[in-house]
Amino acid sequence: MAKKKLTPEQQAYKEKIKPLQPKTPYVLNAFKAFMVGGFICLIGQGISNFYITFFNFTEKTAGNPTVATLILVASLLTGFGVYDKIGQFGGAGSIVPVTGFANAVTSAALEHKSEGIVLGIATNLFKLAGAVIVFGAVSAYVIGMLRYIIQQFL
Amino acid sequence: MEYLIAFVVGGLICLIGQLLLDFFNITPAHLTSGFVVAGACLDGFGLYDRLIAFAGAGATVPITSFGHSLLHGAMAESEDHGFIGIAMGIFQLTSAGISSAILFGFIVAVLFKPKG
Amino acid sequence: MKLTGKQTWTFSKPIYITSSAAVVGPEEAAGPLGDQYDLSFDELHCGQANWELAERHLMEQAINICLEKGTKQASDIDLFLSGDLINQTVIANYTARQNQIPFLGMFGACSTSMETLAVASALIDGEFANNVLTAVSSHNATAERQFRYPTEYGGQKPDSATYTVTGAGASIVSTTPSPIKITCATIGRVMDLGITDPFDMGSAMAPAAADTIATHLKDTGRSPDYYDMIATGDLSAVGTPILIELLKEQNYDLTANHQDCGLLVYRPDQPVFAGGSGCACSAVVTYGHLLKEMKAGNLKRIFVVATGALMNPIMIQQQESIPTIAHGVVLEAVSGGGNQ
Repeated sequence: MAKKKLTPEQQAYKEKIKPLQPKTPYVLNAFKAFMVGGFICLIGQGISNFYITFFNFTEKTAGNPTVATLILVASLLTGFGVYDKIGQFGGAGSIVPVTGFANAVTSAALEHKSEGIVLGIATNLFKLAGAVIVFGAVSAYVIGMLRYIIQQFL
Repeated sequence: MEYLIAFVVGGLICLIGQLLLDFFNITPAHLTSGFVVAGACLDGFGLYDRLIAFAGAGATVPITSFGHSLLHGAMAESEDHGFIGIAMGIFQLTSAGISSAILFGFIVAVLFKPKG
Repeated sequence: MKLTGKQTWTFSKPIYITSSAAVVGPEEAAGPLGDQYDLSFDELHCGQANWELAERHLMEQAINICLEKGTKQASDIDLFLSGDLINQTVIANYTARQNQIPFLGMFGACSTSMETLAVASALIDGEFANNVLTAVSSHNATAERQFRYPTEYGGQKPDSATYTVTGAGASIVSTTPSPIKITCATIGRVMDLGITDPFDMGSAMAPAAADTIATHLKDTGRSPDYYDMIATGDLSAVGTPILIELLKEQNYDLTANHQDCGLLVYRPDQPVFAGGSGCACSAVVTYGHLLKEMKAGNLKRIFVVATGALMNPIMIQQQESIPTIAHGVVLEAVSGGGNQ
């Protein structure tokens, strides 16, 4: 949906308040996101190597248990009320890794707990994270089709 | 060394995400949706596998790898079942991630109380 | 004529705040005004099973304390005016179910505190009631769910965001003399200067506050220094300089006596971003702090302007901008008041 057009008065107000508003700390935010996101991936690498060394996974198959472990940890941190604090500090650094997906699922479910297990927790589980699955599946389907058609012709 | 590469590559993907959040004022839902589509697109050109080979968890932990796995599952199945296989295979490789998110999310929500 | 100028009501009867109470949550109790509230809870759940029950508990406690301080019972009250931030103002509705006082629900978002006070005074002046009970509440966790993300969600808030005050304020308005007199009220217009960012309420609400203050001063022919303090509800650190700037353009200088309740309620080092917000923000600061200052003789005349943002998340997602409003009430300290 297109943004509503601003009236000249609204446009003037927007210009006027610009110098009075707090500046977004772009560099600091980007640095914090880099550190937090990098650290989560580093832990992921450690977990992955753990599965390869002790459980006979290969580098290719270790991805699944690694992701599941990270999701478990992130869900627990959400339950203990810690992940939202990490999120305030790390921004995209804790949203982009798969732990952010787990946090979106768990936090939405926890928020609606007071409405019951079926209509509260279960129906709201994907309230925030559902968009990721929808866009992932749709784009994978479209690109998969394109690639399949191209392969048939080549 | 592989830890350092995972750290730097994963960190850089998150850094791009932060810049998108701050400069374009989008919501986290828009950001993660966009990254999943981007992951699927990169995999469409066969680029994401190279990134994983290089960076390991630095490429598999960010949500972009979810898009990559969705497409990978779809393409693998299409080799056996043609274009019908695309729909059959989409969630094949990502099953562990989605089912554990549902399971752990549900269990935590049942056991814990929101802290506020 | 009680209507003065365009939007200001001047009450012809002497109307007083005979009793008031402020109840808060943990973050507010840790703030600079922590020792001035009537009751504080050290946990966000306030001993209840969920957030909505917690907010109801806050409002009920505020009302109970208010009635007790005014040596009144619910049956002595003719009318209950109340509102909050949750869908269909359920906190107020369910409290009214409990106390069985004739009830009018009010909604003006965070401006509800002064809206209820102004309407209560008008109804008493018009002789439709002798004792009116007003109450407002807000709760950080219910407001987060209502307007933003789940409380445990790890999103990043910008510095312009505000932190919803957990608390409730209640007052009894009547003609029984007390040290605090309500002399006039100015009802605001809805202003919308195109702000769409729900994490920047200060910028959205500043024009509404400026409009109500300027209209009030024009209607009454007063200058800003007529008041010892002009207090806005929850403009926070972002909206405050904008308000000063907007009024300067209309030749009103507020730099000397303006205060914002959202900045008074927390210390700058608390994790509250730009400051406090919510219905309870202006209510607990007014009832807990400002009235005490007036009784102590530190403030003679104050103008409290509560500001509200009248949007909901659906409107925001449909790319609509945020309409805002502000209502102001003039409070004056009188000597030789009642028994409080």
